[in-house]
Amino acid sequence: MVSTILIAIGVLFNLIGCIGLIRLPDVYNRLQSATKCGTLGTCSILAGALFHFGFVDAGIKALIAIPLLFFGATAAAHALVRGAYHFGVKLGDKSVKDDYKDAVK
Amino acid sequence: MDILEILLYIQIVLSASCLFRIIRGPSIADRMVAIDIFGVLVVGICAILSITTQRSFILDIGIAWIILSFIGTLTLAKYLSGKKLNE
Amino acid sequence: MRYLALFILSFLFWLLLTLDVSVANLITGAVAAVITSLLFARYFFDRVYKFLQPVRYFWFVVYLVVLIWECIKANLDVAYRVLHPAMPIKPGIVKVKLELQSDFARTMLANSITMTPGTISVDIIDDYLYVHWIYVRSEDPAEYSRQITGRFEKFIKKTFE
Repeated sequence: MVSTILIAIGVLFNLIGCIGLIRLPDVYNRLQSATKCGTLGTCSILAGALFHFGFVDAGIKALIAIPLLFFGATAAAHALVRGAYHFGVKLGDKSVKDDYKDAVK
Repeated sequence: MDILEILLYIQIVLSASCLFRIIRGPSIADRMVAIDIFGVLVVGICAILSITTQRSFILDIGIAWIILSFIGTLTLAKYLSGKKLNE
Repeated sequence: MRYLALFILSFLFWLLLTLDVSVANLITGAVAAVITSLLFARYFFDRVYKFLQPVRYFWFVVYLVVLIWECIKANLDVAYRVLHPAMPIKPGIVKVKLELQSDFARTMLANSITMTPGTISVDIIDDYLYVHWIYVRSEDPAEYSRQITGRFEKFIKKTFE
């Protein structure tokens, strides 16, 4: 029962992340929504799998996957936002501030 | 078990909505963001599938998918910023 | 010393992943761990004796609790901004001064900032961290430094530095 609730919460977070991925205006905001919601949603699903299996081999595998996914997704998001800036993707129309422009020169 | 199957179908539809952004994305960077998140959602599909089918090797596929998607995204990001891979 | 620490860590990881203590499995894991530590130990931490200080593990648990709480708050914040019909966003990239010195502590701070509400770290140049913020709340550097890094800096300083 606990595992079903955790998985339902995870799918709900993933749903919000996908809505953000489709609705938000530029690359950086889409990356914000997608990284945060996708990572925590999938971590929640894996925690549900851990609760369902208990501490046998399958549960331990889900437990290992959580920190791997966490650090992998944050580092990949960091590399993507830096790569997109160097590629020349402009900040959106609503942006108010850009300190990074002077530092890259 | 019935609720879990409904959640599995919802998760599959969500990954399909990432494909929408991959096809429509105005620039290359949008497509790469969508590919990154597509990998994360597929790991969620693997976890739910391992519960509904009661087979633990699907979680192994999930772990391998996490590592491969991480390396792939790093490579694509390095390609975007126009640098060599060993920098 | 670094080779030994990385060997123990990767061997433990292998044992957790397979959960099997037959002789063949142990030999396979030991060979894989030796290869891993020979190849990658030069990128590992310099001062491995920090693994043996128990007070760091206590602060690590406190840091994990704070991080998970901030993650949940970040998700609710993103949900509010995405589902609101007018989409209240005001994005920008701001510059924050770093207090931490070691590389690993800076990496952990950048990772934590990526998971906190509305911020994602872009780059570190010299002593400054560049952060993309989805809703720039203030123009004053001291104020936004406190809002972005103040929650984590003291725990990370006690845990990893």
